[in-house]
Amino acid sequence: MFYREAGDFKTSYASDNQTFPIKFDRYRYYAVMFVAFAIVPLIINDYWVSAIFLPFLIYSIAAIGLNILVGYCGQVSLGTGGFMAVGAYGCYKLMTGFPEVNILVHVLLSGGVTGLVCVLFGLPSLRIKGFYLAVATLAAQFFLVWLFNRIPWFYNYSASGQINAPERTFLGVAVTGPNTEAWASYLFCLVILTFCALVARNLTRGMQGRQWMAIRDMDIAAEIIGVNPLKAKVSAFAVSGFFVGIAGALLFAVYLGAAEAGDSFGITKSFLVLFMIIIGGLGSIFGSFAGAAFLVLLPVLLKNVLVGWLGWPTDMAAHLEFVIVGGLIVIFLIAEPHGLAQLWRVAKEKLRLWPFPH
Amino acid sequence: MKLKLATLALGATMAAGPVMADLVFPSLSYRTGPFAAGGIPFADGYADYFTLLNERDGGIGGELAQVPECETAYNTEKGVECYEATKDLGALVYQPLSTGITYQLIPKVTADGIPMHTMGYGRTSAKNGKVFSHVFNYPANYWDGASAGVNHFLEQAGGSLEGKKITLLHFNGAYGREPISTLEALSEKHGFDFNAIPIDYPGQEQKSQWLQIRRERPDYILFWGWGVMNQVAVQEAANIRFPMENFMGIWWSGSENDVIPAGDGANGYKALQFHNVGDDYPVFEDIQKYVVDAGKAAGAGDQIGSVLYNRGVYAAFLAAEAAKQAQAANGTSKIDAAMMRDAMEGLTITADIMSDAGLPNFGPAFNVTCENHGGEGMAAVAQWDASAQSWSLISDFSPSDASVVGPLIDADSAAFASENNISPNCN
Repeated sequence: MFYREAGDFKTSYASDNQTFPIKFDRYRYYAVMFVAFAIVPLIINDYWVSAIFLPFLIYSIAAIGLNILVGYCGQVSLGTGGFMAVGAYGCYKLMTGFPEVNILVHVLLSGGVTGLVCVLFGLPSLRIKGFYLAVATLAAQFFLVWLFNRIPWFYNYSASGQINAPERTFLGVAVTGPNTEAWASYLFCLVILTFCALVARNLTRGMQGRQWMAIRDMDIAAEIIGVNPLKAKVSAFAVSGFFVGIAGALLFAVYLGAAEAGDSFGITKSFLVLFMIIIGGLGSIFGSFAGAAFLVLLPVLLKNVLVGWLGWPTDMAAHLEFVIVGGLIVIFLIAEPHGLAQLWRVAKEKLRLWPFPH
Repeated sequence: MKLKLATLALGATMAAGPVMADLVFPSLSYRTGPFAAGGIPFADGYADYFTLLNERDGGIGGELAQVPECETAYNTEKGVECYEATKDLGALVYQPLSTGITYQLIPKVTADGIPMHTMGYGRTSAKNGKVFSHVFNYPANYWDGASAGVNHFLEQAGGSLEGKKITLLHFNGAYGREPISTLEALSEKHGFDFNAIPIDYPGQEQKSQWLQIRRERPDYILFWGWGVMNQVAVQEAANIRFPMENFMGIWWSGSENDVIPAGDGANGYKALQFHNVGDDYPVFEDIQKYVVDAGKAAGAGDQIGSVLYNRGVYAAFLAAEAAKQAQAANGTSKIDAAMMRDAMEGLTITADIMSDAGLPNFGPAFNVTCENHGGEGMAAVAQWDASAQSWSLISDFSPSDASVVGPLIDADSAAFASENNISPNCN
């Protein structure tokens, strides 16, 4: 009824190919953007920012990055945690080495550094595929964490090997450090996420994205029709690394404020982000958001319901949380192996016909 | 049916809802994950002591104490969530029981004006109160522990460690790396060879580390482990027949959980302590009577007198004592976090105060000042007796080597101050 294409005429190529071709969808998108930029910053407090919004925004960036590599280009990576550590330590070294430079520049630069490192570890992908590549990237994960623990230069020779984010401002407002206002850190991450999502969306629907998908679907066929596998794979690793590095830098500088390679960027982080895109939907930008929301928000919601509302003991709630989240993952993957994004797609198809399916 | 469910849910909420009270001591505990073996008894002791004060004395100065618990699973991200979730309840003091979470909370608590007490863990240089205004680590810290351990080995070796080899076997994280700089300084002073062998989280597999130990044959091993890695290390040491009297853990690697699985092989294993061991204190009878027998214990009630339960009780005792002194200093029973901080900075623990609380000679007597947030750094050595299944102190509480630890603390806190634009002062 509301959700339909009928009567919505497209008169140009650009309008026919826009991200949200259906009017209802487009207005919903504008509404979400309006709420996120104009309303949420006015009403959030420290708890909402630290427990819900920052992790969601930051993991969304990481999930988009990994989705480009795994979902679009088909190169399995288990090194996400290590690459996020590169972003975090890169940001720390830049923040402490060049305190006068703007923090936004540091975050983008640490993304760039991570992109380079990611390309380096992505080179084996030209020769090995599938599970073997997963093992090669797993080596990257362990090597990078070991490196950041081992070489004191990375943590400025502090006694415990922890890195701490000093206070840095953006346009005169503190966005890192303890005196940050909730809205400032939220908006800082939201702007970067919006930028990343727009870049990713436009990359994946253009020629670059089609090359990645061609490589993913069948690399020999792709090569025959003129896709250069070296360029396609290396560019996927570079772009993916850029986003993952930004996520790592934000995770350390804005969200946690202090980090340590083994603890904050261990193998569990790699799996977490990989699960996000599998549950959300491989090869879908929306899926990256959905997966991040599912794995970040659900545990917090369950904890608040079980402990805060029902008053259960914290350990029982924590154990039950694993059971429920794990069970839901299994149910989702059985009911819809292509993830939450596919559920959303099916729902939209149904809505187009609703309420007159025949 | 719907109505029934709603009534049930409402009933459950009301029955289990938090007791409204004025003194809030949040407990960031971990009862799940690989470090749960250490987290559970500590959290139980912490909660039970406050329950005892509520049941027996009607709270602290007439105000009931409330201990909202939040599960961190030793995970720094959950730690942040827990801190944000509990700080608006009127939290008086935080005790996260995790060095990683401590590092994260140091800037936050300072900005929010809530004191944090990291008893025997956390950032060692927080002892310098001129830089770390809201962080306290009395009565002892890691560097005191490292120094006390070396002092014990020095005594054991007959006064000289020249040419001996000391290995630090440590958790490869913020916690385990803390003592390295101190041990390096001590190795220069005493002329022993020092090397560090890291164990990665969670440490259930230590074959390669112990192979290295067999190859290098150190004379003494210091051990900075936590949770499940403790049991594994003690078992591995027993397997290679390493002389247990030369193997010493920090206070986090010296509970019953760590040595019982290795059976007789663990006999003679040593661990540092900054408080006393055993259940022979009047306070435990009261806990049994008012808390456990009344069915109000936080856990199963079977941990009383175990090392980590005692430590939880001791942590709660120090927090309650600071709250009492804050009430006395301000003439009001309703104190806030700022009053609590001031009282912690002027905290005096004497033998009489400990006896009155039912903990005679439980720990060393100490004073806290602005210049010294860490107490005197007194530590003693305990030894495990496998046949009696008990720990007992084999030395007196003695101070650490201030000539080594002091300059290191000044250097590290000065680095933190310059990184964060803090001008060190006492106000």
